[in-house]
Amino acid sequence: MSDAHGGSGPERPTGPWRGTGWQEAAGVPGPEDPQLRLMASPHLHAQDSTARIMWSVVITLVPVIAAATFFFGAGALLIIGAATLGALLTERVFGPGGAIRDGSAAITGILLGLTLPPGFPLWMAFTGGAFGIGFGKLIFGGLGQNIFNPALLGRAFLQAAFPTAITTWPAVRTATEGSSWLQLRGDLFAPPLMTAGEADVVTQATPLGLWKFEGEVTDVLNLLVGTTGGSLGETSAILILLGGAYLAARNYLNWRIPVGIFATVGVLSWILHAVDPSYPGPLFMLFSGGLVLGAVYMATDMVTSPVTHRGAWIFAFGIGVLVVLIRVWGGLPEGVMYAILFMNALVPFIERATQPKVFGTAESPAEKMRAS
Amino acid sequence: MSQTTHTPLQRIADVLFGTSFRHGVHPPDSKALTHTVPIRRMPFPDEIVLPVRQNAGKPAKLIVEAGDHVERGDTIGVADGYVSVPIHATATGTVRAVDWWPHPDGKMERAVRIEVDRFSPQMPRPRIVPEWEGLTPDEVRSAVQAAGVVGLGGAAFPTHVKLNPPEDTPIELLLVNGAECEPYLTSDHRVMVEYPERVHFGIRIMMQCLGVDRAVIGVEKNKPDAIERLRATVPDDLDVEVIGLTVKYPQGAEKMLIKAVTGREVPSGKLPMHVGAVVQNVGSIAAIAEVFETGYPLIERIVTVTGPGIRKPQNLIVPVGTKVRDVIDFCGGLKPDATEVIFGGPMMGMPQPDLDVPVLKGTSGVVVLTEAESARPPAMPCIHCGRCLEACPVFLNPQTLGQLAQVGRYEEMEEHHLNDCMLCGSCSYVCPSNIPLSQMFALSKGGLRRQKERARREAEEREEEQAA
Repeated sequence: MSDAHGGSGPERPTGPWRGTGWQEAAGVPGPEDPQLRLMASPHLHAQDSTARIMWSVVITLVPVIAAATFFFGAGALLIIGAATLGALLTERVFGPGGAIRDGSAAITGILLGLTLPPGFPLWMAFTGGAFGIGFGKLIFGGLGQNIFNPALLGRAFLQAAFPTAITTWPAVRTATEGSSWLQLRGDLFAPPLMTAGEADVVTQATPLGLWKFEGEVTDVLNLLVGTTGGSLGETSAILILLGGAYLAARNYLNWRIPVGIFATVGVLSWILHAVDPSYPGPLFMLFSGGLVLGAVYMATDMVTSPVTHRGAWIFAFGIGVLVVLIRVWGGLPEGVMYAILFMNALVPFIERATQPKVFGTAESPAEKMRAS
Repeated sequence: MSQTTHTPLQRIADVLFGTSFRHGVHPPDSKALTHTVPIRRMPFPDEIVLPVRQNAGKPAKLIVEAGDHVERGDTIGVADGYVSVPIHATATGTVRAVDWWPHPDGKMERAVRIEVDRFSPQMPRPRIVPEWEGLTPDEVRSAVQAAGVVGLGGAAFPTHVKLNPPEDTPIELLLVNGAECEPYLTSDHRVMVEYPERVHFGIRIMMQCLGVDRAVIGVEKNKPDAIERLRATVPDDLDVEVIGLTVKYPQGAEKMLIKAVTGREVPSGKLPMHVGAVVQNVGSIAAIAEVFETGYPLIERIVTVTGPGIRKPQNLIVPVGTKVRDVIDFCGGLKPDATEVIFGGPMMGMPQPDLDVPVLKGTSGVVVLTEAESARPPAMPCIHCGRCLEACPVFLNPQTLGQLAQVGRYEEMEEHHLNDCMLCGSCSYVCPSNIPLSQMFALSKGGLRRQKERARREAEEREEEQAA
């Protein structure tokens, strides 16, 4: 051993280190010596945390919730609350300890609530929240592991289970004469598993429904402000865009996804409209239905969207194309949910195909793998 | 600088106004603690500890033993091969022992312990200063090697090897690294402000040795006084350009610096010389200049002792081999809330558990952090936010690499260019879930090496069996 390092010197001791000169010569740690930690570099860390990102998303949703409450009365709060409660309880009971604090279950619940119609029975909303977290997220292994957006999976479940309730659209408060803010629209307190009672509701077709089944196009200004029928969060496009802009500026969401979706939908519907004016124009397509909410808050869910920038563009393009296809030629008036869920399933493939080009190489690992 | 994350606005500004590479992170630079504090000399400690391994490559071979009297500047260990440099006594005194001693990299290493003679004037023996002008490149290189000069930026790679590029790789550019992108560190900054002439003299020697006509000094723009002093002192007959670089980590990484200054990418697995550049840290250049100015070997270096956990942050000339305990004591001691003592910068530096480790040639700073900086909440699951991809200066996918690392699929990691990772820590720095990505990659690199070694051994054994 002596010359393995070159030169002369002591043999490497085989026993404990005690008794070597270092132990004798080293200063005895005095009362001033603090406990020093051994940590891996880097020893600094950026301020952002996952919980902070998630709760910021929740905070930007508050104005959207407020607008929904303004337009649809106190019932909106109850529905969003029920969906959120379902999500949080499921996370608390079946999820890993402390997972509620990261805020992701709250986002799922609120977003699900915002996709529901204003007269939706509360127990159904609760079930949707529980399903979204349980089968949309926890079953895959919890935060970060899920393939599909849990809120949208919850809504897809509700759409399959309660097709009538989820397509009954009570009118906005401003469109009905003399309706008070506290008045509930629809049978919110229907007992679970029972047929909903005969509720005295004034309904109002959604702009997309109006166009699809009656060929009537709603004014874009109404769409922007939100004085139209539809789901709770589908109405106030401006507030959603503002929230999204804030999150994008903080780098809390990938701006490429909403921009890509809007651009794709806008261009495609503009072409269709130019070819045949009976198709609605791009502005109507952009601001009607759940496109704004879906593009800003659902498609940008970090867990279920591609991490690569090129992948994000492809993902957004795919969603945009599917939305237009479903809306224009599909049987449903709205297609944002299915478009996003479908593209969620493709994310692993998109990511594999869009690995970044490594510094100092001519090709990305994906290209190399294809070549070999 | 208050920017702590890499927001879209910051990125746009980088693209529009910056001289830089793409990606990277913006930690707070925290240099205000010491960047105006002039360099001062620290008194000699009672004992000097000189480990035999202070450079990348082979350790030195000792030529002294206990009881020998050594003068400051005497050679006590000779270079063992080409990629090796000698070590020198950094103070006059008596060799107390050759002993095992903790090394800053965490291992034990054989070290010469010198009891410093308090009554010595600590002057080196008079020696002939080499006249640089008449020297051939070979003579310059051997003088640099004999002086024990290594890269002072942290890696401690022997400088004479860098000065000797192979015949078939022409060098066009000498790139002087004054980026000092690690937060807190200011030693290079102070060298550029206080000794700009020495830097230019070192550049002159290196340019002559390498036979290049052009040199560029890259300095991050948060050191405007350094840029100004360097520009004002460029000799008329030298083609030296001083370029202000975007303040971004890791701007001082060789490959990033080359990309920022020349726009060229060093090919994966290759060295800077393959794109015609030699990169040298500004502190090492000053050390070379000192060799030819005074004849001193590299026996002391400038160390930034800083951080919120030290009472009197400052830039010190420290004899190599001084125990960090003595350095800290000279700076007023640790504050009671100090949690980490780091050798090097806080992004890539090594934390020290033991205050008896010596400051070595490669120790650019001693950074003492407190709870506020070193607190780490527990790691959370990856949420695919993509911040690590946006941070990685070599365009890896740390997210995928991290997943592979967790299940030990090292060979797949190699396909994803694990070996291009330079462990700069940018991915760990930005990860909102606190996943220790760069630590995982460091471990995976070791795992990959072991796996390959095992495969090679097994293949050899099979061959032997077949032969038998």
